Amino acid sequence: MTLKVRIIPCLDVADGRVVKGVNFVDLVDAGDPVEAAIAYDAAGADELTFLDITASHEERASTFDMIARTAEHCFMPLTVGGGVREISDIRKLLLAGADKVSVNTTAVFNPDFVAEASDKFGAQCIVVAIDAKKVSGEGEEARWEIFTHGGRKETGIDAVEFAEKVTSLGAGEILLTSMDRDGTKAGYNIPLTRAISDAVKVPVIASGGVGTLDHLVEGILEGHASAVLAASIFHFGTYTVGEAKAHMQAAGIPVRMVT
Amino acid sequence: MLVSIIDYGSGNLRSAQKAFERAASDNEITTEIVLQRDPEEVLKSDRIVLPGVGAFADCRAGLDAIPGMIDALEEAVIKQAKPYLGICVGMQLMADRGLEKTVTDGFGWIAGDVNKIKLSDPTIKIPQIGWNTLDIIGNHPLLADIETGENGLHAYFVHSYHLECKNAEECIATTDYGGPITAMVAKDNMAGTQFHPEKSQKLGLSLIANFLKWKP
Repeated sequence: MTLKVRIIPCLDVADGRVVKGVNFVDLVDAGDPVEAAIAYDAAGADELTFLDITASHEERASTFDMIARTAEHCFMPLTVGGGVREISDIRKLLLAGADKVSVNTTAVFNPDFVAEASDKFGAQCIVVAIDAKKVSGEGEEARWEIFTHGGRKETGIDAVEFAEKVTSLGAGEILLTSMDRDGTKAGYNIPLTRAISDAVKVPVIASGGVGTLDHLVEGILEGHASAVLAASIFHFGTYTVGEAKAHMQAAGIPVRMVT
Repeated sequence: MLVSIIDYGSGNLRSAQKAFERAASDNEITTEIVLQRDPEEVLKSDRIVLPGVGAFADCRAGLDAIPGMIDALEEAVIKQAKPYLGICVGMQLMADRGLEKTVTDGFGWIAGDVNKIKLSDPTIKIPQIGWNTLDIIGNHPLLADIETGENGLHAYFVHSYHLECKNAEECIATTDYGGPITAMVAKDNMAGTQFHPEKSQKLGLSLIANFLKWKP
């Protein structure tokens, strides 16, 4: 099999601008998504994920414009998530140049939306983003539940069961974020990643907690994920995408080297 | 030269248009790339591109919703033999039938059905999402000067279905995903890619430039 494991930088955007800065030395404007995308494209990123954290409906129009401007300059795959509530939101993002659209809260409260979107656009286009947190105590069998609203609201929904449900409804990919690990640099939550990767037949993207290049390798080899997503290690220049790929290749993982 | 990208509500129109514009300017090819909804204009164009993101039946319904479009495509591509490039579902629509969820008629230009990828290894995930290399079966002008094979350039795939060709010679490239998967088809003046050239960086832009120069 020669499909390569993907490395996906994730950018937070609000009002059409990248926030939580991208500290590349050669960027004129670190808040401009096009500049960030061009830099990551050149660095060999396999895909880019934009997470729209825009609060208001009015600001959302600038996200469509941002995707359109990015797609004019970067001939690489783009996934966009955040605030997707209607079928028309998905169509607009695709028309702007997104290849996949990630659905989070809407999928939790209205799973049938996943089925409707998948029928319309095909499973390959619909990603369900799952934010999961461990709820079992010490010594108990591990159990994770879905949280919404940036990890603040619990739902009581079992994460593995939810992943099985949305993929049976037509989700073509799972973007799995461990709320326990996100921002900690302690590494992906491997038991959670493996439990979900082994339970579903679609690709799983591991997310949340990357601090070292070994963490990326663990996500694939131990977590059984199909792709790895990271934000700060790339944004702040701790590691380049090229270094990450070389490290993964040395560990025996097939990657797309860009020279 | 006038290149029409058929506008029938499919998702990747704009990306395709931008990639064609870039490939043309990089190669100093003078051309106009137009998003086209008018069947009469399609007949006046020199080259035709059918992009496609979505479910087979939904894309077919989008084309059917434009009066005269299917007839115009048939006239331009089959009777007038204008160069045609189908991308992803735009390639799958060249088949006899699509079997995604329901049975839907394709154009019947390339013999075969569009079927779910069958896997011998149950641990392999569907859809195939990501970058894979191309194994070339038949030389084709669209692949000229593109490094292919295991150590060649990569193409971006995102799909659960592929075109199973009845005539082996019409499948000109495969990709390995638990076995050979149809990556590219061609016949006479038409070609189709399962991968997305508009998202495949160097390989994609080279292929698009080759299409713009192609004289079948």
